[in-house]
Amino acid sequence: MEAAQAQWVKVHPLVVRVTHWINAFGILIMVASGWRIYNASPVFPFRIPNELTLGGWLAGALQWHFAAMWLIVINGIVYLTYGIVSGHFRRKLFPLTPGAVFRDTLQALRGKLAHEDLSVYNAAQRAAYLAIILCAIVLVLSGLAIWKPVQLQEITATLGGYESARVVHFLAMALLVLIVVVHVVMVILVPRTFPTMITGRARRTS
Amino acid sequence: MKKRTMETSLAGHSPGLIRSIERRLFLKQGFSLGALALLSGCELTDDEGVQSLLKGMSRWNDRAQSWLFNPNKLAPEYPESAITRPFPFNAFYSEEEVTLVDGKDYKLELEGLIREKKPWTLPELYGLPQTSQITRHICVEGWSAIGKWSGVRFSDFLARVGADTSAKYIGFTCADDYYTSIDMATALHPQTLLTFRFADQVLPPKYGFPMKLRIPTKLGFKNPKHIMSMFVSNEYPGGYWEDQGYNWFSGS
Repeated sequence: MEAAQAQWVKVHPLVVRVTHWINAFGILIMVASGWRIYNASPVFPFRIPNELTLGGWLAGALQWHFAAMWLIVINGIVYLTYGIVSGHFRRKLFPLTPGAVFRDTLQALRGKLAHEDLSVYNAAQRAAYLAIILCAIVLVLSGLAIWKPVQLQEITATLGGYESARVVHFLAMALLVLIVVVHVVMVILVPRTFPTMITGRARRTS
Repeated sequence: MKKRTMETSLAGHSPGLIRSIERRLFLKQGFSLGALALLSGCELTDDEGVQSLLKGMSRWNDRAQSWLFNPNKLAPEYPESAITRPFPFNAFYSEEEVTLVDGKDYKLELEGLIREKKPWTLPELYGLPQTSQITRHICVEGWSAIGKWSGVRFSDFLARVGADTSAKYIGFTCADDYYTSIDMATALHPQTLLTFRFADQVLPPKYGFPMKLRIPTKLGFKNPKHIMSMFVSNEYPGGYWEDQGYNWFSGS
């Protein structure tokens, strides 16, 4: 028993932990200010309650959005470079098969998904974390397409023009927010994953 | 009064316990303060330190955008069939309050670092070589509309009046009390036009009679209407919306 207590496994490397929390802070600002910008001229027939937004008015929201974009993009580049160069992505997110994702998601919905070893992601987690990365890339590209439809018109054209780039930007945000909500719910359901994202270590349970 | 009660009730307890209670209270207050600040983004934005950080980032974004600005990159042009009809009216006042400028008495004033400051009448301006463009007007609010504008290439006009094109800024003052300013690189862009016509008609009052500077490489609010005078300067002139917090460069 005492020997087992002393057994810690390293789950999250320092770079992943630091970029995770900077990202969490950055996403909060980008989403809340983005909602205020959306409200200035909604693409869809609804508005987002102003209480949930950041910036106070359009100019304030734009200031937040275009300040935090640097934080989130630089942080994202650090994370992606580390993930690719160190082999972190290859080890943690792959292999990934549709069958495994389907099976693990079903198990998770039934509340039966095992979380014994926090250093190994199940297929549902792998799919979600990969989807978040893809969402972020689409958000940055569609964001550039809206911000610079003349200077970066090649990106805008790839996304079907200025107006459709706005729709892509919104939908990628919606998907990202959905994944983040599921992610936070999962952390609440398996609370011991939370300190692990701060300290990087988890107690081996076996 | 409240404090005294607390002191009395804490009397007799060990200093260690009091310290730990104080610490807990402090942490609790700290957390609720943080949560409050995040919840009310409005108040957070009003904070002085946050304000200067955001303003500093906006200045940085001015620099980043002028670095990103390619003087040879043209805004996409569209066929006549793509024109948005009716073209939206937009200003800091309603359509009923549009300023009416008398074309007969009108004279465009030139000031600052310009060699020939002789004012220009409308017939003189109409007599200059004209060109047209069908481009997308993008509003800072997010919406966009395609329109057709015709007028003088602004770089040609600046060369004609002997403007110092090594200066940093060109500022505009308008009949509706609007004012704004742009960088020289954008002023010299081949698609920046001093326009007198919209959709092949004389510019109607609601779109800026007698003239509007059309800049397809900038957001809509950087395209001044009802221009009465312009000046070339090395001192930052600001603008109506820019002074309230909108990004100055606002390139697209």
